[in-house]
Amino acid sequence: MSGQSIGAVQTQRAHFDQPLTLRSGAVLPAYDLVYETYGTLNAAKSNAILVCHALSGHHHLAGYYADAPDNIGWWDNIVGPGRPLDTDRYFIVSVNNLGGCHGSTGPSTINPASGKPWGADFPIVAVIDWVHAQARLADRLGIDCWAAVMGGSLGGMQALRWTITYPERIRHAIVIAAAPKLSAQNIAFNDVARQAILTDPDFHGGHYYEHNTRPTRGLRLARMLGHITYLSDDQMGEKFGRDPKNGAFAFNFGVEFEIESYLRYQGDKFAGYFDANTYLLMTKALDYFDPSREENGDLTATMARSKAGFLIVSFTTDWRFSPARSKEIVAALLANGGDVSYAEIDLNFGHDSFLMRDAHYHSVIGAYLRNIKL
Amino acid sequence: MSPLLNRPDFDVIASWVEPGHKVLDLGCGDGSLLRHLIDSRGVRGWGVEIDDANVLAAIQKGINIIQGNLEKGLDEFADQAFDHVVLSRTLQTVRHTEGILREMLRVGREAVVSFPNFAYWKNLRAVLDGQMPVSEDLPYEWYDSPNVRFFTLLDFESLCRQMNLRIRERRVLDEHGQPVDNEDDKELNFLGSLAVYRLTQPR
Repeated sequence: MSGQSIGAVQTQRAHFDQPLTLRSGAVLPAYDLVYETYGTLNAAKSNAILVCHALSGHHHLAGYYADAPDNIGWWDNIVGPGRPLDTDRYFIVSVNNLGGCHGSTGPSTINPASGKPWGADFPIVAVIDWVHAQARLADRLGIDCWAAVMGGSLGGMQALRWTITYPERIRHAIVIAAAPKLSAQNIAFNDVARQAILTDPDFHGGHYYEHNTRPTRGLRLARMLGHITYLSDDQMGEKFGRDPKNGAFAFNFGVEFEIESYLRYQGDKFAGYFDANTYLLMTKALDYFDPSREENGDLTATMARSKAGFLIVSFTTDWRFSPARSKEIVAALLANGGDVSYAEIDLNFGHDSFLMRDAHYHSVIGAYLRNIKL
Repeated sequence: MSPLLNRPDFDVIASWVEPGHKVLDLGCGDGSLLRHLIDSRGVRGWGVEIDDANVLAAIQKGINIIQGNLEKGLDEFADQAFDHVVLSRTLQTVRHTEGILREMLRVGREAVVSFPNFAYWKNLRAVLDGQMPVSEDLPYEWYDSPNVRFFTLLDFESLCRQMNLRIRERRVLDEHGQPVDNEDDKELNFLGSLAVYRLTQPR
């Protein structure tokens, strides 16, 4: 069931002139989206699947670049011929969301009005804004209705939003390791991450590009904190334990334990390539997400607008987006008599489980997709 | 001899549902009953199942399946959301017997329960001969049985009386899935290998 890699892929770019009014009220006069597609859109245009990325993701979902064979897509293990997102069967679309830092219009791209990077002037974007932008890309690609929209974490929230905002344009949603809204605890984690960035002396109010610097210390801390919440306690214990890294303790503030080494490495790596303003925007999009607000907090009434079939997936060890949060979505769908399946996958990788290659998990996704009529 | 291949209680249950009815099947296994009810009776179906392999099999069959543990109740389901809530050959594996029956009648208008009858004469004879029964409807050895509750038709009916549940209909089947009937409930208790009940709760 492992299938094959899709192989070498190419990034495409689409420019949009039509202004986009955002949830905040701000207007983005024009913007670019970078995206990748894999497989072939069938004649009926009924085999298109949109895969939405999470906080640190982007459009490079699968495969590699001919000139950069080590740059493998972030969810490559599930996409390709014979894999659950079978490129022999489906036409798969992956977009870098607005506000991102991988080519779509965002804080680090040039604001045509000023000729300088947007920086802190880039408006706050919400999940619904991404969904509207994705819908325009779908128009451009000739896709009236997705066979499925799917994603994990913040990506799952986009799939959920699609079913509410464009019920006629989505037949199925696969919502993995997500929640109908963040808890106060989740917002708290995000705000500590943001404070790390905002208080970095190199942040310069978000206009650090002009100062030829980057708030890497803050971004590194934000990522270290996030990383702790994406893993499970058990897995961290098993993987890193608490034995002295160098055989004996040095009794100083250097790296004494494996977990310190791991987190610092992950923090440094992330701060080396990710944009701090994008990180701020992505965490805000998470915090503001709560489609039930449109129905005075009633998620059942909100989901009544959806016409899609749902597969909801959670992971037993995910405490950042726990199974109980996925079950809130399941309950709202059931209360409307909707078509929904729910799988609770026993994987030991916490929130990050959704990216892991696991035979049962991938079989569930693959089996659900197989039953979608094309 | 797999107990899953030959399920005479499926036909009884199919005769009690109507097209368009909403059916919830608890402990639905691989979704075979729901698939049967959807295809032959045109119902809308959902299942609850704890086992990973069964959840996958049900998804493969295109069944709405909710992974969960019946012993923890049915919190995801709203009151009176279903026309029928089915518990097919599962009651004897559930510890919280009264709890699950109450939950079934909270989320559904009607509970449909089938279970193996431990008072079936062949089962009693096996015990008299000195060994625990193994039969079509009790296909397990004592050491690998998932069953945790051992009860008879008469036991079940006295629990229903105690819980103030109304028995709307009862079908009793022999080992070969053939209906058996007898005016005397005690006789029937000896003749039936599998019992299927429709229960409601007076409101």
